[in-house]
Amino acid sequence: MLDTAQGVLVTLNGAPARLQGPASQRLSYNLRESCGLTGVKVGCNAGDCGACTVLIDGEPACACLVTVSQAEGCAIETVEGLSDADPLIARLRASFHAEGAAQCGICTPAALLAVVALLRRNPQPAEAQIMDALGGVLCRCTGYRAIVDAVAKAHAPEIAPKHGAVGSRLPRLDGARKLSGAEIYGADEWPADALTARAVRSPHAHAEFVLGDLGAYLAATPGLVAIFTARDVPGDNRFGVIPAFADQPVLAEHQVQFRGEAVALVVGEDAVIQALDLSRFPVSYKSLPALTTLEAALAAEAPRLHANRPGNILTRGRVVRGGVEAALAAAHVVVEGSFETGFVEHAYIEPEAGFARRVGDRIEVQACTQAPYMDRDDIAKIIGIAPGAVRILPTAVGGGFGAKLDLSVQPFIALAAWKLNRPVRMTYSRAESMQSTTKRHPSRIRAKIGANRDGRLTAMDFEADFNTGAYASWGPTVANRVPVHASGPYFIPNYRAQACAVHTHLVPAGAFRGFGVPQSALAQEQLFDELALNLGLDPLEFRILNALEVGQPTVTGQVFADGMGFKRCLEALRPRWRAARTHAEAFNASAAGSFRRGVGVAGMWYGCGNTSLSNPSTIRAGLRPDGRVALFQGAVDIGQGSNTVISQIFADALGVTVAALDVLGADTDMTPDCGKTSASRQTFVTGNAAAKAGAAMRKRLLRLANAGEDAALELAPNALVIRGEGGETRINLGALPVNAAGFVVECMETYDPPTTPLDADGQGEPYAVFGSGAQIAEVEVDIELGRVRVTRLTCAHDVGRAINPTLVEGQIAGGAAQGLGLALMEEFIPHRSENLHNYLIPTIGDMPPVDCILIEDPSSEGPFGAKGIGEQALIPTAPAIFNAIHHATGARLTRAPATPERVRAAIEALKP
Amino acid sequence: MHTNELLRAKAPNVFVRPANLEDALDRLGAGARIFAGGTDVMTTAGEAGLDGDFVDVSRLAELSGIVRTGGEIRIGGATTWAAISAAELPPAFDALKAAAREVGSIQIQNRATVAGNLCNASPAADGVPPLLALDAEVELASRRGLRRLPLARFIAGPRRTELAADEVLRAVVCPTPPGGMRSTFLKLGARRYLVISIAMVAVGLEIEGGIVKAARLAVGACSPVAMRLPAAEARLANKPARGGLGAQLNIADFEDLAPIDDVRASADYRRAAALTLTRRAVELCICGESGGAV
Repeated sequence: MLDTAQGVLVTLNGAPARLQGPASQRLSYNLRESCGLTGVKVGCNAGDCGACTVLIDGEPACACLVTVSQAEGCAIETVEGLSDADPLIARLRASFHAEGAAQCGICTPAALLAVVALLRRNPQPAEAQIMDALGGVLCRCTGYRAIVDAVAKAHAPEIAPKHGAVGSRLPRLDGARKLSGAEIYGADEWPADALTARAVRSPHAHAEFVLGDLGAYLAATPGLVAIFTARDVPGDNRFGVIPAFADQPVLAEHQVQFRGEAVALVVGEDAVIQALDLSRFPVSYKSLPALTTLEAALAAEAPRLHANRPGNILTRGRVVRGGVEAALAAAHVVVEGSFETGFVEHAYIEPEAGFARRVGDRIEVQACTQAPYMDRDDIAKIIGIAPGAVRILPTAVGGGFGAKLDLSVQPFIALAAWKLNRPVRMTYSRAESMQSTTKRHPSRIRAKIGANRDGRLTAMDFEADFNTGAYASWGPTVANRVPVHASGPYFIPNYRAQACAVHTHLVPAGAFRGFGVPQSALAQEQLFDELALNLGLDPLEFRILNALEVGQPTVTGQVFADGMGFKRCLEALRPRWRAARTHAEAFNASAAGSFRRGVGVAGMWYGCGNTSLSNPSTIRAGLRPDGRVALFQGAVDIGQGSNTVISQIFADALGVTVAALDVLGADTDMTPDCGKTSASRQTFVTGNAAAKAGAAMRKRLLRLANAGEDAALELAPNALVIRGEGGETRINLGALPVNAAGFVVECMETYDPPTTPLDADGQGEPYAVFGSGAQIAEVEVDIELGRVRVTRLTCAHDVGRAINPTLVEGQIAGGAAQGLGLALMEEFIPHRSENLHNYLIPTIGDMPPVDCILIEDPSSEGPFGAKGIGEQALIPTAPAIFNAIHHATGARLTRAPATPERVRAAIEALKP
Repeated sequence: MHTNELLRAKAPNVFVRPANLEDALDRLGAGARIFAGGTDVMTTAGEAGLDGDFVDVSRLAELSGIVRTGGEIRIGGATTWAAISAAELPPAFDALKAAAREVGSIQIQNRATVAGNLCNASPAADGVPPLLALDAEVELASRRGLRRLPLARFIAGPRRTELAADEVLRAVVCPTPPGGMRSTFLKLGARRYLVISIAMVAVGLEIEGGIVKAARLAVGACSPVAMRLPAAEARLANKPARGGLGAQLNIADFEDLAPIDDVRASADYRRAAALTLTRRAVELCICGESGGAV
């Protein structure tokens, strides 16, 4: 009999153990909560993501679908049990480390376990076997190829460099803890006395609501400790990433504006809260008509979501240059088109999570976030205390991609911990994460582009409406950024681009890798292909002809003197382009079956940092008497690698190896503000601050020995060794005075990119640096079923200087995978796709090989010439795939994603 | 409603791993529900976890193993898809094995059972078309005794079966297929791996002396319950088993399908895809290929 809580005997990571807990409890929950094995990640509780994979008697299983009782008598292995004493495992970990197969690392434990099961049977598996073994583990960061490579090389891993000068393939400094399972993500740590919070969320898109007898509910529910509603918010019940637009309540007041909006918070013992059936919570809704489309929201008679935003317009953005109408009238060729995209979900494998505790009159919030200082300021307003009374401790982030810039669990746990004076934790379920957190903006885009007889672009007229959902979030940013970027990195003398963010009763759309630019590129880059076709020009050569170069003004009138390497990216693609086009055309010429091949190209650019707004980063560092350098690194690493890149830059500027550094933070009590991890700004902006701080410390250290600038520094235990023209000087650091912080030398430097405001026509210098690039997609289209398989991606990106080529390539492959998802399968439909089996992201079997070509056209403004890459890599993938589909079939897709059904319909529409 | 009504006291859940089938049947008779691979039940349970009494039949000897007896091949109800995929079975079962490799992921295949796939009665259950093409029957056990039903009758509709509350699906029983029978499975999803089918098809061809003596075609995810297509089967019977045979099928042969519009595809697309997949599966089957994901 196992129907009581006597526990079951198992072998857990090689040792006998008793699993205590209800027999029907999820094994994943038990391993995490009772056994402390938080390397078992929970991403969906539905078998859709595979993050909770464990080995049961050597075979992979989703621990969320197995009960505690079913584990009886079994050998259970988790990542914590994968011992490096086993050479197979040590080599596998080394290979993952060297190849950059762990980015955020949230899926890494599952991937390792799934692979271990394979390698024990077959130490040198073929690629198809690797893919079969990993088909059930979703990864949102890597684009999978680094994982495939790591497994393929696991029998003889690459030797990774250890020192990590700028330009070296230093494995990520936080890699070891991601590979061991020791990394702490939002849900992985909580004080023993923590209560658990859960939000009560509206099932209606638009409704008025009345709360019932909360006191009676509380009294009748054993283990429930407190219920909070809007009236309990001590400070301002409003938050938002852009203070001037802050409009979202922590807890709704009388009215909800989207399905999934929180109306109340219940707090209590974890098991009670988990088991609570919230459909019985005393709240009654009066459903109201909901505006769910752009058309409905923009209709003259449409009611307003926000009283102060007439027409449901949140903001408009505009860039105008030259005379677009006259130029279009005079153009030799004009093409035009309309394009649409839907909501896209970030689908990081880590749902939002964290805990908060009150420490006297301060509140501490430990959660996954991309923006600790923004969180600090908003939590301060919500609780009604000074920002300095809030401490934000970012955990490792299991994928962010933009959505973890906005608050999620933080206000709830802060509110509850503040009021109860007891730690409170919260982890979003997958459904609630998908319902309530921001999405990529759905778009409706119309564009008209003209060129003259010799193929030069003359004019572009562009209009975009973005469905920004119920609250502002990053809607203003999208509306402002898109008009600046919609031209792509091309010289277009006459230009008009207008964008508008429109409120609807849908989940707020916010930041997602590219802030609207992937949507505009899908329109612009497809129309460029149409222009080239009309002109009889090769699509790649057409782009090369029109590529923006140094000395030419952008559409905002900005002229770069250096660092505009787009043309070089396009030229670098030529060999692959020609070979692949020829090959595809030859294949199609003799194709009798159902498959056609196509090759498409698309370009992109992306301004690094905030648009015409100050966005400084500050890096602080101190040399301790023991010879170690403390680097206060506040640029949150969400998997992209800032912990490593910022360290490399700082170490190089200082003139030591990264091994001399102790990287600390992020923690708003300790690390200065490095801004948000967004807008592809950390390598560029924080990197510059790190370079300045390193140089400043170097100067101070050289001064200690009166050495010249070229002298070499070496940090030894308790000593600084300086070798210069005058010979070697050894300074005993222990003998030097220290400051209040305990440092012999301390430096703090800030960098803020130089930009200028945009005028009424959007003219000005919005960014100090643009990253640019272009990608070739090769596809095979099943013309009967409409299924598209991408067979290869070739990605050339100008990164100015690749501080760490492995990390850059990781960003490119991962961005391209998200671009592939946007192109072929991803569309979030509220209510219908609030899980990871109806909302599909690419699996390992969907990602083709990715060839990266790194172009280094240095920017004089970047650290060591470097530019951002995080968002850049996603932007050209979808238009390149759509152009490839057209090349293969003649069908032009105007609606993303290009599902099999849409592709087939577009092909059918070509038939007479 | 009063809060007290909303929060009526609930007895603690009971989750039992019985020692034998009789014990399991007693508990089913007393109102417990069946648990095996857990891959559907746990998913449906949501964040709150399991609620109610369950009897775990996954380790019962009476429900395990694949055996050939007296003109039949019996697959124990608790057989996992991984076990089916690894089993030595005649070529007529190639479609079933190919489907086994497309059920969810390896993690799912290691736990999910054949009986669970049938009892869950999803219109998109990957296991159903190959078993329909094998003329499978299900053996249902209860304290009242044993009974058998053809699979096509057992699944009554989306998420509905003829399984009584006190019954367990003990085995899937397939008549030993004719010696010349081979089979192919094709699945169409919007991505590779871990995907709910838009449409899938199983084709069994009995080929003798270069002639298709009999054809068995079953299509899934295109009707409330996966179904055989007798009109299409008749069109292939007694035709030469050579390349191009699939082209004999036309859309009229698929009239019995009743696909729906859902988040994955429209009804019209599904119907067209069913025809395409079946044609291709016929071609592959003639070549002796077992298929998989398209």
